[in-house]
Amino acid sequence: MDSVNAIITEQIPRLRRYARALTGDRISADDLVQDTLERAWSKLHLWQRGSDMRPWIFSIMHNTFINHIRKNQIVTTSIDDEAINVSAPATHEDSFGMRDLASAIGKLPHDYREVILLIGLEQMQYEEVAEVLGIPLGTVMSRLSRGRERLRTIMAGESSPALRRVK
Amino acid sequence: MSNHCEQPTEDELHAYVDGRLDATRRAEIEVWLSSHPSEAARVAAYRQQNDMMQALFNPVMDEPIPLQMHPQARRRTFAQPLRYAAMLGAMVLSGMLGWYMHGTEKNRQPPMLAMVKQAALAHVVYTPEMLHPVEVGKDQEEHLVKWLSKRLGSTVTAPHLSNVGYELIGGRLLPGNQGPAAQFMYQDARGQRLTLYLSNKPADKGEAAFRYAQEGKIGVFYWIDNDKSYALSGEMEKTDLLHIANAVYQGLNQ
Repeated sequence: MDSVNAIITEQIPRLRRYARALTGDRISADDLVQDTLERAWSKLHLWQRGSDMRPWIFSIMHNTFINHIRKNQIVTTSIDDEAINVSAPATHEDSFGMRDLASAIGKLPHDYREVILLIGLEQMQYEEVAEVLGIPLGTVMSRLSRGRERLRTIMAGESSPALRRVK
Repeated sequence: MSNHCEQPTEDELHAYVDGRLDATRRAEIEVWLSSHPSEAARVAAYRQQNDMMQALFNPVMDEPIPLQMHPQARRRTFAQPLRYAAMLGAMVLSGMLGWYMHGTEKNRQPPMLAMVKQAALAHVVYTPEMLHPVEVGKDQEEHLVKWLSKRLGSTVTAPHLSNVGYELIGGRLLPGNQGPAAQFMYQDARGQRLTLYLSNKPADKGEAAFRYAQEGKIGVFYWIDNDKSYALSGEMEKTDLLHIANAVYQGLNQ
């Protein structure tokens, strides 16, 4: 049991890093990590001993994140909110003025945010991301492509995407 | 397109950004990008996104892990027995765990118990820590004591325990039930560690003499002196711990 606890504990710094980027603030992030850990501990019998802990616990975090969004513990946008319009990508050399990356990430729909963070920050393989999020590889690739492009547009500050909530 | 390389797919461009291509294909794409400046700029921007994310969020991994995230803090393994113990009340406790409660605490959950629980938990979490057992080390003892005194709102002292074979390693600030709390950590020549946990005393409490509690292998002596509650935790025999608790008490009252 101690060794399993150690394996889980080993993942905490990564979970916290990802959660911080995902939620944009420390309190929501640590809440998310805490809930993820509670779930992981209670479902530990479902984890296959000897298998890689990271995808297992990150997929628990994904489910927990979605639950938090449903319960409005985290305010975010979804790509289903079709009212998000992004202007055409910048045509000239982008200025990487180092605008606030955290806030730019926060403007992305959460489905894109998860994919670009798992790949860019967590450096997961594309297949692993598909497994963690429970979506096909093709969906991972299209979200990666759209998410990165949207982030580039926001960062370039060409014209920030106009967010209009339908509801 | 008049280039001689096969045009990369969108997926390949991302795999290029993430360094997931073999050397041959990578080289081909580099050639292709050299004649496609707007795509090259896009790829560079994506790479920069990755770099900036790393730069911005990697430091989170070095932050100390909050107390409640440690498996030892998990309700079922650690805190739960203490919670049950609290509910059982002073009579049963004194028999079962060696608790001794005094009269006024008989009919409700004693606030001191919460403090002891926090102290024992902080002990279990931080003493095995190799890299960051303390936030501020002994080399900055003066700063440590000043800082903790400021945060607790009154003078805090780290008693010297070299007469009983323990040296101060340092200390840290912790969240407690009565606001900020402090933990000092000590170590003997064999690497055995002790912690002294201090917090402001509950408002309705007067002075209180030494009491002893045990959770698993951890023994805790606790008492109230002046305006503070103290808890000394260690993994050792009760009599040995009492000996040190006396030294702590004397050190504090010099």
